[in-house]
Amino acid sequence: MDTFGLLAQGFLVALEPMNLLYALIGVTLGTAVGVLPGIGPALTVALLLPVTYKLDPAGSLIMFAGIYYGGMYGGSTTSILLNTPGESASIVTALEGNKMARKGRGGPALATAAIGSFVAGLIATFGLALIAPFIVKFALSFGPAEYFALMVLAFMTVSAAFGESSLRGLTALFLGLALGLIGIDLQTGQARLAFGIPDLLDGIEVTTLAVALFAIGETLTVAASRSSGDERIEPVKGSVWMSREDWSRSWKPWLRGTAIGFPIGAMPAGGAEIGTFLSYSVEKQLARKPEEFGHGAIEGVAGPEAANNASAAGTLVPLLTLGLPTTATAAIMLAGFQQFGLQPGPLLFANNSSLVWGLIASLLVANFMLLVLNLPLIGLWVRLLSIPRHWLYAGILVFATLGTIGANPSVFELGMLLAFGILGYLLRQFGYPIAPVVVGLILGPLAEQQLRRALAISQGDLTVLVHSPISIVLLTLAAAAVIVPLVMRARGRGKVLSQLAADED
Amino acid sequence: MKHFVLASILGGLLALPAHAADYKIMAPAAPGGGWDQTARTMQTALQDEKISGSVQVNNVPGAGGTIGLAQFANQASGDPSQLIVGGYVMVGAILTNASPVTLDQVTPIARLTGEFEAIVVPAKSDIKDMAGLVAKLKADPGSVSWGGGSAGGTDHITAGLIAKAVGVDPTKVNYIAFSGGGEALAAILGGQVTVGISGYGEFESQIKAGELRIIGISSDEKVAGIDAPTFKEGGVDVSIQNWRMVAAAPGITDEQKAAISADVEKMVTSKSWKDALATKGWADTYLAGDEFKAQLAKDIESTSGILKDIGLVK
Repeated sequence: MDTFGLLAQGFLVALEPMNLLYALIGVTLGTAVGVLPGIGPALTVALLLPVTYKLDPAGSLIMFAGIYYGGMYGGSTTSILLNTPGESASIVTALEGNKMARKGRGGPALATAAIGSFVAGLIATFGLALIAPFIVKFALSFGPAEYFALMVLAFMTVSAAFGESSLRGLTALFLGLALGLIGIDLQTGQARLAFGIPDLLDGIEVTTLAVALFAIGETLTVAASRSSGDERIEPVKGSVWMSREDWSRSWKPWLRGTAIGFPIGAMPAGGAEIGTFLSYSVEKQLARKPEEFGHGAIEGVAGPEAANNASAAGTLVPLLTLGLPTTATAAIMLAGFQQFGLQPGPLLFANNSSLVWGLIASLLVANFMLLVLNLPLIGLWVRLLSIPRHWLYAGILVFATLGTIGANPSVFELGMLLAFGILGYLLRQFGYPIAPVVVGLILGPLAEQQLRRALAISQGDLTVLVHSPISIVLLTLAAAAVIVPLVMRARGRGKVLSQLAADED
Repeated sequence: MKHFVLASILGGLLALPAHAADYKIMAPAAPGGGWDQTARTMQTALQDEKISGSVQVNNVPGAGGTIGLAQFANQASGDPSQLIVGGYVMVGAILTNASPVTLDQVTPIARLTGEFEAIVVPAKSDIKDMAGLVAKLKADPGSVSWGGGSAGGTDHITAGLIAKAVGVDPTKVNYIAFSGGGEALAAILGGQVTVGISGYGEFESQIKAGELRIIGISSDEKVAGIDAPTFKEGGVDVSIQNWRMVAAAPGITDEQKAAISADVEKMVTSKSWKDALATKGWADTYLAGDEFKAQLAKDIESTSGILKDIGLVK
């Protein structure tokens, strides 16, 4: 049977009334946990795994898929409205999304995130169905050297997006890199900068740092500012829906975000965050009105949101074709497969094709359901912003704290949340951007481990870093990201560039 | 509106403990690896046999399990519903990391399973058997990169022992640590490292699909169902078994410990546990009580010696 025949058969499975109900439960739960910082889809699927044991395999896997997609979507809502990223993959969304929300454009921001997620999920799920074997070959060709080149590209493009004050941007980045060193080093097993504190042995949790810097730091800033009325948030200005201009500025970022997110999600050491960073930088470079970046550019929401949903589908590529779980959620879905006696891997498509295609079809169904559920809710969500500021920010504090405790019930974690919150306040007071700190914490350890693995395998031979066409292309792009702006400046276009400079937080 | 939001947040958080498991098992490794599989197999067996109504598994990866162990010792103290999976890798990692938290700070319950180490190469590798690997290792130890779990673990120790047995300086072993089964497997499949070394179960489906070739297994004798020569048959006098255990929280009472031990014993004698072990190729090496305590102390002592021998601990 050809692919489309199999997919059609999959739809027959997915569209059974009970399976539709499971999909609905899944996306609703997924959206809810995505909204809460700290409590992610992995934990939810793990909690539900024992419950679903009595269901049939198709039904429970369909529900898991719904949770997975829903979680990726839900994270964007709090990022945009409250500047509190629910998942590390939606940190970038907060940069532009929250600026839009404060200008009364929360509606279009949420809409472009929802529709972008839908478009990306749709294309990426078809990608999963049609080109999974090719994508997985591409992903496996990434060794430590190639991953390192990818990290360099991410570093370069992200720092290019820091704006004109590269000194401040780099300072913030190095702060993040230093925080990333904390914990036990994988290659040697030695503790670094842990000062004998066991809580620090596993390093600093990305969501703790992000929530502290973004949400707590901002709350402190608001509380410390003397004037209370000058920066009034307008809940809604203009329509809550996307205008014609919003659409024309969004569709290309959606497609580009998908193209970036899907392959990176499929890589065993890729991760959804890297796709969102790259997408954000690309959109900033290509935008028609780059001066809007940092002040609420819709492209900066559309691209990264598409990228994180596409990478969620990408994660399923190595899971279904190789049995390789590359995220915590995928690992628990793997356990779900095994619970029903299925062994994901090279033989799954051959041995259990009806189930696999049922899953793929139900991903498409879940995706559609998310859109239908969430678009009408946007009008309700944006009204959150009409809550008086002192209550809103008090609510954010409670929300951020509960989320952190929920994820890791430890007093030390709470202390870190507060300490980083104060750091976030100080960075804002002295005009340093916030995002590079988080970027450094995420990318630094990844880049370090991959570099050391690459050099250990080559026995210290540095040429391994430019050994393959993939690394050469990635490193060339990274070099271009640095050199092109320099050339433009040298040719007297500094004015344009200085307009690009923007505060990132 | 805000009441609704706050209420739903609180409601959501409160709802979680309401579904809380009778047991919460920590797998101190990334999902997909041996400890993760052990924890999830326990989860299935405990629920199947109705020993426990609901069981949760959570992963805290890194540094041979010492990160998870430290977190467990800190946070689970006195809580009889929390368990942690561990094993031989952890014994080694505690020594190499000079971990501030050791197995003395948890309550070991029982040794559950043993698994043999397998050495694999990608299907298209020019290494065909153990002799080929040894020849390459003798010619240039650094040119053979070994991909496996965290530094100082069973995988690392086995690689060192093989080098030592064939007369190659064990400190010259070019070992690349990955944090968990999934990531190491990807590097082996992609041909990024020369050989992969890990528990047989982590490679099984890829071996059966013909993507990986197994060139040796660390058992004393051939294992039923595994079509591979032992290291000894391949001319390398090394045999090693990676055992896995379950431990409870520190600070629990003797009654609580006895109750947990009884549950674990019921689990290991159940049909679903035995079936799962058979499918995964794990040997049943259940050992509990004082015998396990004595065996553990012996293993810690001998591991310390091996690690010094092969230069992983100074």
